[in-house]
Amino acid sequence: MFDFSTVTTWLHSFLMQTCGMAEWGAILTESVLVALVIITLYAVFAIALIYMERKVCACFQCRLGPMRVGKWGTLQVFSDVFKMLTKEIISMRQSDLFLHNLAPFLVVTASMITFSCLPWNQGAHIIDFNVGVFFFLAISSIGVVGILLAGWSSNNKYSLIGAMRSGAQIISYELSIGLTMLAMICLTGTMSFSEICHDQYVNGWNIVRGHVPAVIAFLIYLVAGNAECNRGPFDLPECESELTAGYHTEYSGMHFGYYYLAEYLNLFICAGMASTIFLGGWAPLHLYGLEAFNGVMDMIPGAVWFVGKTFFVVFLLMWLRWTFPRLRIDQILSLEWKYLVPFTMVNLVLMALCVAMGWTF
Amino acid sequence: MSEELTPKAAPAEAQKAKAAPAAAKPAAKAATAKPAAAPAAPAKPAVNELKPQVLAPEALRAEMERLRHKEGMDFLVNLTGEDWMEDGLGVVYQLENTQTGAQACLKCVTTDREHPALPSVSDLWDIAHTYEREVYDFYGIVFTGHPDMRRLFMREDWVGYPMRKDNDPEKDNPLRMTNEPLSDVTHSYELTADGQLVATEHPLFTADDYVVNIGPQHPSTHGVLHFRVALEGEMIRKIDPVLGYIHRGVEKISEQMTYPQLLAMTDRLDYLGAMQNRHALCMCIEQAMGVEVSDRVQVIRTIMDELQRIDSHILFFSCLCQDLGATTAFLYGFRDREKILDIFEETCGGRLILNYNTIGGVMADIHPNFVKRVKEFIPYMRKNIKEYHDIFTGNVIFQNRAKGVGVLTKEQVISYGCTGGTGRASGWHNDLRKIRPYAAYDRVQFNEVIRTEGDSFARYMIRLDEILESLSIIEQLIDNIPEGDVQQKMKPIIKLPVGTYYSAVEGSRGQLGVFIESKGDKNPYRVHYRSTGLPLVSVMDTACRNNMLADLITIGGTVDYVVPDIDR
Repeated sequence: MFDFSTVTTWLHSFLMQTCGMAEWGAILTESVLVALVIITLYAVFAIALIYMERKVCACFQCRLGPMRVGKWGTLQVFSDVFKMLTKEIISMRQSDLFLHNLAPFLVVTASMITFSCLPWNQGAHIIDFNVGVFFFLAISSIGVVGILLAGWSSNNKYSLIGAMRSGAQIISYELSIGLTMLAMICLTGTMSFSEICHDQYVNGWNIVRGHVPAVIAFLIYLVAGNAECNRGPFDLPECESELTAGYHTEYSGMHFGYYYLAEYLNLFICAGMASTIFLGGWAPLHLYGLEAFNGVMDMIPGAVWFVGKTFFVVFLLMWLRWTFPRLRIDQILSLEWKYLVPFTMVNLVLMALCVAMGWTF
Repeated sequence: MSEELTPKAAPAEAQKAKAAPAAAKPAAKAATAKPAAAPAAPAKPAVNELKPQVLAPEALRAEMERLRHKEGMDFLVNLTGEDWMEDGLGVVYQLENTQTGAQACLKCVTTDREHPALPSVSDLWDIAHTYEREVYDFYGIVFTGHPDMRRLFMREDWVGYPMRKDNDPEKDNPLRMTNEPLSDVTHSYELTADGQLVATEHPLFTADDYVVNIGPQHPSTHGVLHFRVALEGEMIRKIDPVLGYIHRGVEKISEQMTYPQLLAMTDRLDYLGAMQNRHALCMCIEQAMGVEVSDRVQVIRTIMDELQRIDSHILFFSCLCQDLGATTAFLYGFRDREKILDIFEETCGGRLILNYNTIGGVMADIHPNFVKRVKEFIPYMRKNIKEYHDIFTGNVIFQNRAKGVGVLTKEQVISYGCTGGTGRASGWHNDLRKIRPYAAYDRVQFNEVIRTEGDSFARYMIRLDEILESLSIIEQLIDNIPEGDVQQKMKPIIKLPVGTYYSAVEGSRGQLGVFIESKGDKNPYRVHYRSTGLPLVSVMDTACRNNMLADLITIGGTVDYVVPDIDR
């Protein structure tokens, strides 16, 4: 497999030796480069996801989706983004302006940091250390602060109800996400994303190795992850038909754009984590005993595998989103606390048992 | 407006009005008709003429209580305020016993134009609560004992009572540039021993209530409707509907129009029952004049009414799905509704505002493709109903959100006058097509869909099942539409004989009644529509209390009101 670390090592030595930079200078330059790459990727994936969402839902709904701007409407999202950039940011009377303006940045920052936790390829990890999973869970929780602040500072009753719902929902579902991830850490024995991926490259995808408990964990993760992203059928915080737009009712222009961006990227991150932890991340599909086939699969770059798997999971989540009606807040919470949490706990014990007894592939 | 401009008298058969038991009593009031009305008057009294029994305001309470409790008149069909100039202001009550079908009509008049007051009957029928507010709004009649005497449709700072004949609304009410005030208090009035009206103030909400405005601009109110909702957490403690945002004064405008001109208004009331509304109005005028339309027209009207009903129920399904977040099912419904609109377009030229029925017939004969297209549509729709059930009805999330939510008992729906699917979901047999068949409904076989649960799920299933019943009605009629004229010869100027007339049809969402009082002129003295939606909005507070905010959307979606029909 192509190891991306060759590129990074080359760049580092290029800066140090050819350009004659000091160690700190080289690292600073690299950090700036990486930040640019992240922001660009962030925007590119958001655009791709928005286009995909519109086309996928159009397919489900016997429609064509955007067709006018560009071939098959490919330029539609770009024009939407430019439209949003040119829109005025309206500040509301009697709203807490500082918090109101701060909130979208918190949401988008949390989303960007978690975005950089994703392992793109062998050797292409941006944030990667031994408690990576833990870090990911911690950072992703900052997003809910932004949502709560948005609801509070808008001085709008819809926003406040939306934010309260969001707080209750996200904090509840973090539990299921944490517990399903814990079950998989139990299987891999490491919390570093790069090692989790590498382990799956060597030993096979976790969802196959962990068989029954892993499949259960995957399904629960999809439900909980969908709830974490505030997407239908768990889109209660926004809940168009009840709260008009929920916590971001009072936002306009690019401030609203940040929420919009963060929503789609959270979807991508959620799916990316599912593919990292359960579906092997950048590890290609290997079938036991078929060496030639495995060789061909290895020729496909890891980044393609990762993005492909992620988009597959994104498609599953969109499928759910466009088919199911929305739950009610008490049903969401009882689903989590009465069904998912006990179930994941039992599943965790089952996984521990499987690992301890060596009942894994 | 198309009118037959032949000065010939109406055909002989048109003069032959059907005698009905309701109209058998001699008409004391109508007998004193002005001679000008004589030429149009039929030989026998019209089938739909009302003979109100006149009561003095002091005697009203006792008689109403007797009718309500002794005679079991549990359904207040209609309540119409009227201004008879020198004869005073008053109210016409139409009552019905839902068990026996017996009907009563009463009239109560007060001659005091300065401070008119009548006793309230809102404790006997819940819907009188709303109807009396409407009368107060338009005529200024104060109902003593009514707990909430506010205006219903007009702005709170409106000056005068617009439906009074001597009122000039434009003089006292210049275009206001200020926002509409919205009061947090209401008043009730009592009559003291010396005849003075004493007002008592009541707060609508307490200081601790967290009041959220659902509407007037809101995705789930299906129009410009405004609910003030008092919340405790997510639980609803009280709902106060604020109506009148699209009040166009249809009834006031109608008083200045000739009868054929009236027809243009009805399609704009409940736009999902355009055919049925206009059918009701045409039927009321035809029955009052003693005109009998041809068999062909009766059958065409029946088919059109049923197509309209299917159209409305499909839209109900779509909007409910959309409200509950299932956007895909929403578009499935719209895909199928398009087929009906195409059929309408071919024959009527319009898709939403159809302008098809006329007095004495229909505007034009059915399109040559009509029968073929309808016959293609029937199996297509039957197949797609299964798809609706697959994608939405069976969904566990939907079932959890709809079953047991917003339960209305049979007593409640009758007291609130919630006709149509909402009433039938609570076990009330109120389908006018069965009770008092009109048009061609007496020659087709169909079931009145009834459920007893009274919850949102029952209201939803009623409407999907009714689509199938409507398809079966159309199927029975489409192959044998009789030959005949599509338009009776009418006089150039249509005048109704002196009297009060009421006809009702089963609209898409309940009994749509037309009340016309004629003084024998070419325009009506008073037109009042028994709105199908007003009872449905009135019942929202009862249905939603102690449910969650999300249930408001489900309940509002399933009772299925249409706002232009409420506000008129």
